[in-house]
Parts: sequence; C-alpha cells; structure tokens
Amino acid sequence: MLRLEPRREPSRAMQVLTPVFAVVLTILAGLVLFAILGKDPFRAIWLIFFEPLTQTYALAELTVKATPLILIGAGLAMGFRAGVWNIGAEGQFVAGALAGGSVALALHETAGLWIMPLMCIAGMLGGMAWAAIPAFLRTRFNANEILTSLMLVYVAILLLSALVHGPLRDPEGLNFPESRLFSESMILPILIEGTRAHVGFILALLAIAVAWLFMERHLLGFQIKVQGQAPLAARFAGYSEKRIVWMCLLTSGALAGLAGTTEAAGPVGQLVPALPIGYGFTAIIVAFLGRLHPFGILLGGLLMALTYIGGEAAQIAMSLPSATTRVFQGMLLFFLLAMDVLVGSRVRWIPRTVHG
Amino acid sequence: MPEPLLELDGITRAFPGVLANDDISFRVGEGEIHALLGENGAGKSTLVKIIYGVLRPDAGAMTLRGKPFAPHRPSEARAEGIGMIFQHFSLFEALTVAENIALGMAPELAKGDLRGRIVEVSTRYGLRLDPDLMVGDLSVGQRQRVEIVRCLLQDPQLIIMDEPTSVLTPQEVEVLFETLRRLAGEGCSILYISHKLEEIRVLCEHATILRGGRVVATCTPGEETARSLAEMMLGESLSPPATDRRTPGEVRLRLDGLSMASDTQFGTDLDDIGLEVRSGEIVGIAGVAGNGQTLLMSALIGEIRAERREAIQLDGRPVGHLPPHGRRKAGICFVPEERLGHAAVPDMSLTENVILSARMRKNLSRNSFLNLPRAARYAGDVVARFGVKTAGVDHAARSLSGGNLQKFVVGREIMQEPSVLVASQPTWGVDAGAAAFIQEALIQLAKDGTAVLVISQDLDELFAISDRIAVIANGRLSTADPVEELTIEQIGLRMGGQVRGRPDTLGAAEPAHA
Repeated sequence: MLRLEPRREPSRAMQVLTPVFAVVLTILAGLVLFAILGKDPFRAIWLIFFEPLTQTYALAELTVKATPLILIGAGLAMGFRAGVWNIGAEGQFVAGALAGGSVALALHETAGLWIMPLMCIAGMLGGMAWAAIPAFLRTRFNANEILTSLMLVYVAILLLSALVHGPLRDPEGLNFPESRLFSESMILPILIEGTRAHVGFILALLAIAVAWLFMERHLLGFQIKVQGQAPLAARFAGYSEKRIVWMCLLTSGALAGLAGTTEAAGPVGQLVPALPIGYGFTAIIVAFLGRLHPFGILLGGLLMALTYIGGEAAQIAMSLPSATTRVFQGMLLFFLLAMDVLVGSRVRWIPRTVHG
Repeated sequence: MPEPLLELDGITRAFPGVLANDDISFRVGEGEIHALLGENGAGKSTLVKIIYGVLRPDAGAMTLRGKPFAPHRPSEARAEGIGMIFQHFSLFEALTVAENIALGMAPELAKGDLRGRIVEVSTRYGLRLDPDLMVGDLSVGQRQRVEIVRCLLQDPQLIIMDEPTSVLTPQEVEVLFETLRRLAGEGCSILYISHKLEEIRVLCEHATILRGGRVVATCTPGEETARSLAEMMLGESLSPPATDRRTPGEVRLRLDGLSMASDTQFGTDLDDIGLEVRSGEIVGIAGVAGNGQTLLMSALIGEIRAERREAIQLDGRPVGHLPPHGRRKAGICFVPEERLGHAAVPDMSLTENVILSARMRKNLSRNSFLNLPRAARYAGDVVARFGVKTAGVDHAARSLSGGNLQKFVVGREIMQEPSVLVASQPTWGVDAGAAAFIQEALIQLAKDGTAVLVISQDLDELFAISDRIAVIANGRLSTADPVEELTIEQIGLRMGGQVRGRPDTLGAAEPAHA
C-alpha cells in the first residue's frame, strides 16, 4: 500500500524547482501524446515551446498575450495567499473593459494624453466594482466567493454582449454587435514598431514590482499570508479577516479590470462580445505556476503565453486539433500540483500485512 | 502473575524523523489494571493505536490469549474484544446518548433493546446515564460515561483508556476508578495510559514506563512513591520549583463583570467574571477543559471584544474594546494554548513569527513596512535567551519540536516586557525540561514586577507556581484564594460547580444555570 507522509519542512529549493520539473514533464508527456496521434513529436514540441522564442514578432506577441495573464495573475495570487478564492477574474476583466471602453467611447471625438490614464482608472474601478459584489456577499452573508465570483463571470459576459448589441454599438457599424473603433488617443502606444507589443506590458511589469514590495515587505502582505496560512494566528495578531477579504478582492478586481482595459485598448481596439477569451481563468494557472510569488507569476505568464502562441502555430503548421493548447495548459497544472504533493510529502511503501 | 491476556513482543514503529516505539515488549494479565506511564511524546499513543488496529507496527508481534494478533483496523480489534476510550470523544452533540451508542457499534450488536441494555449496564457499573438525553447537554464527565458504556456493551476483555482523567474533576475520577476496579474484578483487563503519577499509584497493579519510545522500567506502582515514578518517567532527578513568595504590588489587570456569549453552539458562555491580578504575583485559573477557558482567553486577547470596555481594565484603563494589537501596545501579552496555528504560523519562519505579536512593542515595522532585519535580531535574541534549539531563525516554526516552539512562543512574549502576561496551558505537551524552564521564566517574570495570569488544567503546575488560584466552572470564576489556604479537594469541589459557596447540582443531568 502506498502512503503519503507529510515532511517536517519541505525543501525550499524544491519548491522553486517544481515549476521547472512540471514544464519538463509536460514536454515529455506531450512527446508521447503526439507520437500516439501519429505526428512528429519533436517537431510539434519545437514549434510549441521553442520556435516562438526565435522570432521578434512572436516575442512581441508573447508580451501581448502575457500582459493580461500577468496583471490578473498578480492580483489573484494575493487573494489565493489569503485563502480568498476569486475565480471570477474573467468577469472583472470584462467589467474593467466595459468601464474603460465606455470612457473611450464617450470621449471618442476628443484627444489628449490624459484620456489613457483616465481609461485605466475607470477600468480598475470597473473591475473593483465587480469584485466588490462577492466581497460584500462573503463578508456580510458568508457566501462562498468561489461560487459568487464565478457566476458573476457569466453575468458580466452577457452584460458586455447586451451593451455592444445596444447602447455601445457602433452607429456606423452596419448593425454588427461591435463598438466604434477606439480613436488614436484611446489606443495604447506600441512599444516596438511593426508589432503589437504595447505599453500594457510595462504596466504588468510595474504591477509585479509593486506586488512584490507589497507581499514581501509590507504589513498588509504579511497579514494576507498569515490569514491564508493560519486564520487563528491572524485573529491572535489582531488582523481583521473582513478587511483582508475586501482588500484582496478589490485589488485582484482592479488588476483584472486594468487587464480588460489594456486588452480592449491594445490588441483589440474596440469592445466586442468575443473580448473575453479565458485570460481570467488561465491566470489562475499562471498564479499557481508562479508559486503565488510575483516574480514566478511573471515567468508563469510568459510561459503560458508561449503555449498560446506556440500551440496556435503548431495547429496551423501540423494541422493539430485546436484543443492542443488547452491540453498543454491542463497538463502543466496537473504536473505542477502533483509535484507539489511530492515536495510536501514523501511516499512510503507499506506492506499490507505484518507477519508475526 | 495472572494468565497473560495480551502480550507485546518487540513492537517497533517509526515516523519520519522519530522512532515512536522502539522494541517494546510487555504483557497484560487477565483482570489486571496495567499502567502505561510516560511523558507526552514517550510513545504511549502510538503503542495503543497499534494495539487497537489504527496503526500497524514496522516490526514486532502481539499475541492475544496466546494466539497471534495483528489487527488491521479498529473493527478487527473490537471483534477480538478490545475496547478503547479515546482522550478526545467521538460523539455527536446533536444526537441522544442512545443514538450515539448505536452509531459506534457493530450493527448486529446495536439491534434489539439497546435502550434497556444501556440502562442495565450503566446501573450495574454505577455510571448513571439517561439514554434519551442530548449529548450536547452533558458534562464532559458524563460524555466519557457514554463512551465507556458503549465500550462495555460490546463485552470487552481489554479496555484501553487514554488519559481518561484529564477532563474529570477529582470526584468524578473517584467514580471512574470504582468502575474500573469492579471491571477488573470481573476479569476484564485494563490498559491505563497516563502521566499522572498519583492516579497510577492508587489504581494500577503493574506499570510499564516508557521514555523516548522504549520501555525503561516496569514496577508495581503501589510500592513506589510519586517521586520515584516521576524519576523513572523523566530519567532525571527532580528538584522542586522554587517557591519563595513575592510581594504583590498594585493591581495591573482587572476583570470586572466580564460576560460573553460563546461563538460556538455548544460552547460555554462567560458569566460575570471578576478577577484582579497584581504586579509581581502569579494567579492561576484551574478548571476542567470546556468550562469557558477558551472563550476567556479569546476575550482577554481581544479576538472577541467585550461588550463593555470596563469589563477588562489594564492599570485602571478600560481596554475591553481594544483589538489585540491595541491591548499589546497598552501592555498585555498573551501565550495562547495552541502553539501551531494560533500562537505561531507553522510554515512561516521564526523571524516572521515574531512580527505576529511583537510588532507593536518591538517596533518591527515602520510606516507599515516590515523591518525584517530587526525582526530577525529579535527572533535571534529570543532563541538565545530561551535556549530554543533550532537551525536558525529563518527556519519554519513547524520544524521546531513542541517544547522548543513553546519556549520560543513564551520567550517572544516575555521579552516584550509586558506589564501583564496571560498564558494558557503554558507547558501543555512539552517535555519536562522545557516545562521546568518555562515555569522558571514565568516566576522570574513575576519577580520582575509583571502581573502573570496562568490558565491551566494541570493542578500540580498551578500549585507549584501560583500565588493565588481561582477555579472556572461552567463559565463562572470563583474567588482567587492564596495557595496556602487551598487543598486539592476544595479545588475539586469548585471544579465540579460549587462556585463561591453557591452549590450547583453536582454532575446532574441538567446543566445548571444560575
């Protein structure tokens, strides 16, 4: 009989190394998978994991995809550390895009450098407002935030759809359910000429730096960690659980809302019903892949973006099924969680019977 | 020696990093009350779990009535006639006594007139029990009776009792011992696990003494003194703690009409608690577990705020409305009962763990940013002064042994030089060396002028270190009287509910409310 026994103190080096092992195992499992599918496994893995790193355009795309993942992941990780399970970042992303986008549409005939910051602030407020609902329900009625935040995702997506079919629809858009294209001042400046890399990535890097300072050096980050690891100790120290729940949900909502705005004002350039494509959910994997640590999330976001871009390239080049990307993301999370169990516990073989 | 019923031969069981049982052999005779004596962590619990089929040994064998015995699960042990009364009861509070008993039995035994059999068995052994009462309404002693009756209904030949008296008043202990003696007289063997020496001396015929997972001695307890038993158990000669009395100064901590409703369904409410603790004295609060100690500690820490701010006063200043860090700032520090998870965050380093409660008084943050170097220095100071064995302050609290972590937690609070220190079960479950060290530190703290309040279920400890002792029973606190004027019997009566001379119904089925 196999049995797991907790280790007294898990190795710190191993905790840092597990994501690396998880990636290696994912690649190995991918090789087997492609071989079974009858495709050239080494070419597929090369296309997914390595080729994008050799091209400037693909590298730029990497930052485009990674920006929302990093922004959202950084916020979610904060909550996850406190045991606040905000699963609805996708909804906060949409609410932020709606709020930031509405500012852009309302001001579409004006120009000025002040508009972009205003949109970002509106986007953050939009995301916060959406996250405030589960925060209120949890602190007031003890309603589980996993359920409430997740259900609000669908409300937000339907709200976006209703608005672009109605009040926010482009008056000159031939009745297509899309908003007006954002004008010059409402589009995020491009970082590298000829690519789609935009300044949102700088914002994401900034968010990582602030998150690190906040989580590792600030009292509030400390309170979050204590609350998550030992709620009774948080009570003993005198930290208010309600305050921590509010803070975590509002912060992750704000960052998801900002991500929504940078997405709408970046690569998309307008509000469309198809704006949410799952960044809010993928960011959950990113947060755990990054060990809930800001620097890890930066790397995790880039890695996850790589599977998006490489997966797409491989689909086209080798006519792979479109589920390839998601299979890889799923395997990554699976191996990561499995490795975590092994770092925290050791496996012992126990003989079934004891002979006398 | 009577016919051996159960025989253990070379039982060995290891856990990561510790050999809990190392080549243990002994035998329990038929109708014998056999003591298994040892400190916390000596390996008693592991051993009985092996006998009861909860754990399996890595090596060694057992025989029951001469036949090989290797239970894989408790139900197999029960089928062989072994019953166990755990220290922590497994009862549903919202069900009746009869329902609880039926749930814990093999289905074929629970059939028929179970109610009638419960009444019959409980009267035969002098364990009065009404099968129709809700367990939630019973006292701890009565709950234990439910467990015992459940065990007896299965007609056991060996009953294992794990620290059965830690939740009982002295009077309830007497009743329990009567029952056990009667059972033994009828041929039922009893394996009695305890670290309480007096009990073992009066109750048990043979004793096997464990230390560090090994059998270090066997003896006939009646022929030993409590002191000689203790020395066998601890493996060292004991020196009684210093008992020179201090002269108390002015009142530091005053509780005045502190009442509070419990935040859990079957918890005990606090009822009009009043107490004064003076500078330089140690006041002990005795009581059986579950009589409001947990809530009282929460109220003192400020985890739950008092309704009236005057209910808790520090140096004449009301603090009942302050949150925990506000109270610390005002001068009270706390050592809660639970080390891991309450007093310390298991996976955080010692450095981070000092920030938890010493941030205010030791200036471990500036403008809400943590001063980690300073915290590491303070943690290092605590480790050095309290002799905490650890590989370094950047190691997780979880990696420390119980005694070392407790020394660290106590040291973290004492070195903040509080004007009042409140400690709950400060030496619970720690080795004798660490316990003596902590008691010495508390006494020294009082000598230096701090008012010390100790909540403990260990009467020996309270008598050893306290100047005055009060008793908490059913959420009410007796007066705190000087130790010299108190006897164990008086304390026992108060623990049973006779508070301030107003007798409550002792051990009655209905919980008494004044």
